[in-house]
Amino acid sequence: MKLDAKEPAGPLEQKWDRYLKDLKLVSPNNKRKHHVIVVGTGLAGASAAATLAELGYHISAFCIQDSARRAHSIAAQGGINAAKNYPGDGDSVWRLFYDTIKGGDYRSRESNVYRLAQNSNNIIDQCVAQGVPFAREYGGYLANRSFGGAQVSRTFYARGQTGQQLLLGAYSALSRQVSAGNIDMYARREMLDLVVVDGKARGIITRNLVTGELERYAADAVLLCTGGYGNVYFLSTNAKNSNVTAAWRCYKRGAFFANGCFTQIHPTCIPVHGDYQSKLTLMSESLRNDGRVWVPKNPEDSRPPQQIPEEDRDYYLERKYPSFGNLVPRDVASRNAKYVTDEGRGVGATGLSVYLDFRDSIKRLGRDVISQRYGNLFEMYERITDDNPYQVPMRIYPAVHYTMGGTWVDYNLMTTVPGLFCLGEANFSDHGANRLGASALMQGLSDGYFVIPYTMGQYIAGESFQAVDTEHDAFKEAENASRERLSKLLSINGNKTVLQFHKELGQFMWDYVGMSRNSEGLKKAISGISALKESFWNDVRVPGSNDTLNKSLEFAGRVADFLELGEVMARDALEREESCGGHFREEYQTPEGEALRNDDDFAYVAAWEHQESGPAVLHKEKLAFENVKLTQRSYK
Amino acid sequence: MTIYLNVWRQEGPDKPGRFETYTVPDVSPDMSFLEMFDVLNEQLTLEGKEPVEFDHDCREGICGSCNMVINGQAHGPNARTATCQLHMRSFKDGDTLFVEPWRASAFPVIKDLVVDRDAFDRIMEAGGYVSVNTGNAPDANSIPIDKVAADSAMDYAACIGCGACVAACPNASASLFVGAKLAHLSLLPQGQPERNRRVVNMVHQMKEEGFGDCSNHAECEAVCPKGISIAGIAAMRRDYVKAMLAAD
Ligand SMILES: Cc1cc2nc3c(=O)[nH]c(=O)nc-3n(C[C@H](O)[C@H](O)[C@H](O)COP(=O)(O)OP(=O)(O)OC[C@H]3O[C@@H](n4cnc5c(N)ncnc54)[C@H](O)[C@@H]3O)c2cc1C
Ligand code: FES
Repeated sequence: MKLDAKEPAGPLEQKWDRYLKDLKLVSPNNKRKHHVIVVGTGLAGASAAATLAELGYHISAFCIQDSARRAHSIAAQGGINAAKNYPGDGDSVWRLFYDTIKGGDYRSRESNVYRLAQNSNNIIDQCVAQGVPFAREYGGYLANRSFGGAQVSRTFYARGQTGQQLLLGAYSALSRQVSAGNIDMYARREMLDLVVVDGKARGIITRNLVTGELERYAADAVLLCTGGYGNVYFLSTNAKNSNVTAAWRCYKRGAFFANGCFTQIHPTCIPVHGDYQSKLTLMSESLRNDGRVWVPKNPEDSRPPQQIPEEDRDYYLERKYPSFGNLVPRDVASRNAKYVTDEGRGVGATGLSVYLDFRDSIKRLGRDVISQRYGNLFEMYERITDDNPYQVPMRIYPAVHYTMGGTWVDYNLMTTVPGLFCLGEANFSDHGANRLGASALMQGLSDGYFVIPYTMGQYIAGESFQAVDTEHDAFKEAENASRERLSKLLSINGNKTVLQFHKELGQFMWDYVGMSRNSEGLKKAISGISALKESFWNDVRVPGSNDTLNKSLEFAGRVADFLELGEVMARDALEREESCGGHFREEYQTPEGEALRNDDDFAYVAAWEHQESGPAVLHKEKLAFENVKLTQRSYK
Repeated sequence: MTIYLNVWRQEGPDKPGRFETYTVPDVSPDMSFLEMFDVLNEQLTLEGKEPVEFDHDCREGICGSCNMVINGQAHGPNARTATCQLHMRSFKDGDTLFVEPWRASAFPVIKDLVVDRDAFDRIMEAGGYVSVNTGNAPDANSIPIDKVAADSAMDYAACIGCGACVAACPNASASLFVGAKLAHLSLLPQGQPERNRRVVNMVHQMKEEGFGDCSNHAECEAVCPKGISIAGIAAMRRDYVKAMLAAD
């Protein structure tokens, strides 16, 4: 099968406009007859469900949490980008596009990224109209700040709770449509399988997480908005329920999974403090605007940070990257933290952290200004670590944060299964090998508010739909498969808990498929994870039963899928014999230790196709760059 | 340190509940409260018993999932702290703790510490929004908004919808939750056109769900992990009266 991205023809700036001009429309009467399933109610899912319902489609929306408002998007702190150029510092759609494609180390599609930059401004307008209380200046106009990797101020924010406010905005739009009867909202449901009829996505199987019942839902299209898979590493900044299950079951039904190895390790997180640690907490990277990153020059230096004089400190980011300094992109900042800790210069009890110091900016701007900018983050830090960052530098370390890879989609956001679309972090589409700060919220809302209403409409208008009801054999088959899997998990009754397996998997992933990778390590990961999977299915202990709320059972199913995903990610990383963005292969680096891309051989999207027996098959979507010149990313 | 726990166990909505006693040894002061429950649940699983069910997701105080009443206090002893942000350094070696779910007839127990908070969603559906379809918005800077008003709107919008206010209120009132959403939208120009309808519909839905009335105990403000002010409740009352008069 040849992957066709279905990018519209014409000059980059006109592709989306032309697409909209030539769009096939669905008449209002007909929209009502089409039922659409939206799985997930984060930024992508809630915005898509609300907008499609406003247009007249009949929507069923699903989420794992007890309310749509609690999706993982709620946790995003720092902000959302848009090319408004309100500060007048030279920003434009082109510049946002260029920064995003360069930031992604030239491993994303020009057409998708350009459309994203175009939509960015509409998002801010829409959110303000919903009542999202973005930060403002005294004149009453919207405030902006600059965020890692950008030289303009284009980030809009609502204190340190931007994701919360954007999600509550989308959730309010969704609630309005629920009350209008256009959306049926199903909370505490987990999608366990996709139902494919005559080659098209026509429904899903869910488990009611309160009663354990398996349920069938039929529709004319299915939108997968289920978020990222960072929890494959066990420890990450993702919420505990974030998972790959829905995407993985779709993979097994024919949806290709792309660029799995492109994961983002975020440089500013609170370091691990014990083996009971259940998740990691991000400290927004906006902190790098005013905090300076350093370690002692001498590995033996054990003085408390305040007593280490200027000449014995190494502000390594400022030293190595004078023009970007502490604001280098995430992958660069993370990798350098690893280098200095590998050299034994890390700080704290474990030696696995570096300082982020506000001393100088407190001196320069005063405590009040710093507290206004970061007060809630400082509070959060102190609550977790018991240290006061106004007095001692923060200690930070990289942690898994975001997954650029995901379900493969074409320009329409349609997967390789017709009628199955994928939006938000769950798809692979816009961030290449590295995502810039404040661009995931932008992508989720662009996909949901401004792309899918058109592209899905195009699909609906162009197809004829046979009525399919939930008594169809395909539903029975999928439901039975889910039931058997659940029974199997409960019946093993082995000696190890789900958590123990998850932690072991996470260790493989962090050690070998983490910040720095090499062929030998990746091979170790592949065989190690495969053995772990085998052991899981023979020795896991899942307590309780299927006919009640049973979180151990939910987590068991998710870890089982992570075990398969981990192997595919390691293979993807092994196959990609270059370094780019967050994917750093030790064999491929410049003499200064920077990522060395190989555009001749690897300027492609790696899309994996599941096989019933035998290993997954790799398909390549060649990336064409007609508008930007591929350069070595330099932040020196 | 060692912690002695008395945890509410209840198999289902219609089943009787009871406290079960557990001992968790080797608790580190740096552990979060929920990490202690993880350790307990691992212990129970390996002993062949059923783990304690509790809701949680972000574990950083923003999703509003976690909901434990600890020694009679919603979200435990620390101000402006959700259960998931509470660390064991707030307790002493040998402490005995009673852990229960939110208690309110509008929040029925589903299992153990997990409760049903759908009533909050239904209140939001009754009017917690600005009616604007996607694509109809003017430029974001076309209406300047006073920074003080915008900041104050944000103070109210910070509500995480956890329900601690209800759990702490002697009347199980949801006034702080509802007042916060109303105040957020009333402080902004975008919220004005539907202001009257919104307050009437949300207040009526709150009553319909079986939440009690507010009689100014202010327990809600004390336990709110986001420190939301009861001034929102006063504003809700004023707006409600005004809206009812306007409707006459
Ligand atoms: C701590 C943190 C801070 C961040 N800060 C920023 C920031 O400042 N700026 C920025 O741009 N990005 C930020 N990000 C990234 C950004 O928040 C996410 O990428 C984005 O919110 C993902 O949105 P989503 O809608 O794709 O998925 P999610 O919000 O993860 O939603 C997934 C939805 O799918 C549902 N779901 C999942 N699986 C199933 C299933 N099997 N069945 C049914 N439902 C299912 C869930 O219940 C949920 O409703 C941050 C991320 C983290 C972790
Ligand atoms: S788990 Fe999200 S607020 Fe506590």
